[in-house]
Amino acid sequence: MAEPMRIRATMAGDVADVKVLMNHPMETGTRKDAKTGQLIPGHYITEVTATINGAAVLNADIGPAVSKNPFLGFKVKGAKAGDKVAVSWVDNKGDKNSTEATIG
Amino acid sequence: MNALRRNVLKSAAGASAVAVAVAAGLLKPTQALAAWNKSAFEAKNVGDALKGIGISGPSDSKDITIKAPDIAENGAVVPVEVSSSIAGITGIAILAEKNAQPLVGNFGLAGGATGFISTRIKMGQTSLIRAVVSAGGKSYTSAKEVKVTIGGCGG
Repeated sequence: MAEPMRIRATMAGDVADVKVLMNHPMETGTRKDAKTGQLIPGHYITEVTATINGAAVLNADIGPAVSKNPFLGFKVKGAKAGDKVAVSWVDNKGDKNSTEATIG
Repeated sequence: MNALRRNVLKSAAGASAVAVAVAAGLLKPTQALAAWNKSAFEAKNVGDALKGIGISGPSDSKDITIKAPDIAENGAVVPVEVSSSIAGITGIAILAEKNAQPLVGNFGLAGGATGFISTRIKMGQTSLIRAVVSAGGKSYTSAKEVKVTIGGCGG
């Protein structure tokens, strides 16, 4: 389940614009399988955290109402080109993933 | 399918991030699930959801901008962008009021993160999207209606 995720971080003035794309089905747990009529068990990301050079900038709790393959954008003031952005997530089954990028 | 995904896929940064992610994924041991605010996300109405994340009686504010389409053809993917000029923002929560479980996400901001969150959400039906901003121990709110032609929650 450790599918890659992608980060793009660019500077716009003195603000770093960070965009993250995570690969995840984000099953709500309320959808039924069309063939069997059984509920498809929920499987969604619950927490996303982001750090810049090791310091926390974002700590998000998200629910199943975030779209499949979640996109998340945020902006950080005071970051510089060359700083390292690290983003990680955990889902409701305990799966996790993380990745890192350099602000360019 | 969507332009951003294409761009991210194309970018060189994207390619190198993949390698890092794979390495990190292999090296990190699986840990127990951290505390997640289950009660707030399972709340069936806006009031309970807000109470679950510790917010009561937010005041209306014109300093919060919600950017979302007026009409969303596909409720499964509704782009939402919340930005605010309020000073000292510590958190932004996004709710789709008429979803069975209204709370979409609660984003805690720290260390220079500005009052801006952009994401994509699912909406079951036409509803107000509500943003609640916490700053300096107070909370502020604003809402925008999005008409949904095809719902995105189950079915």
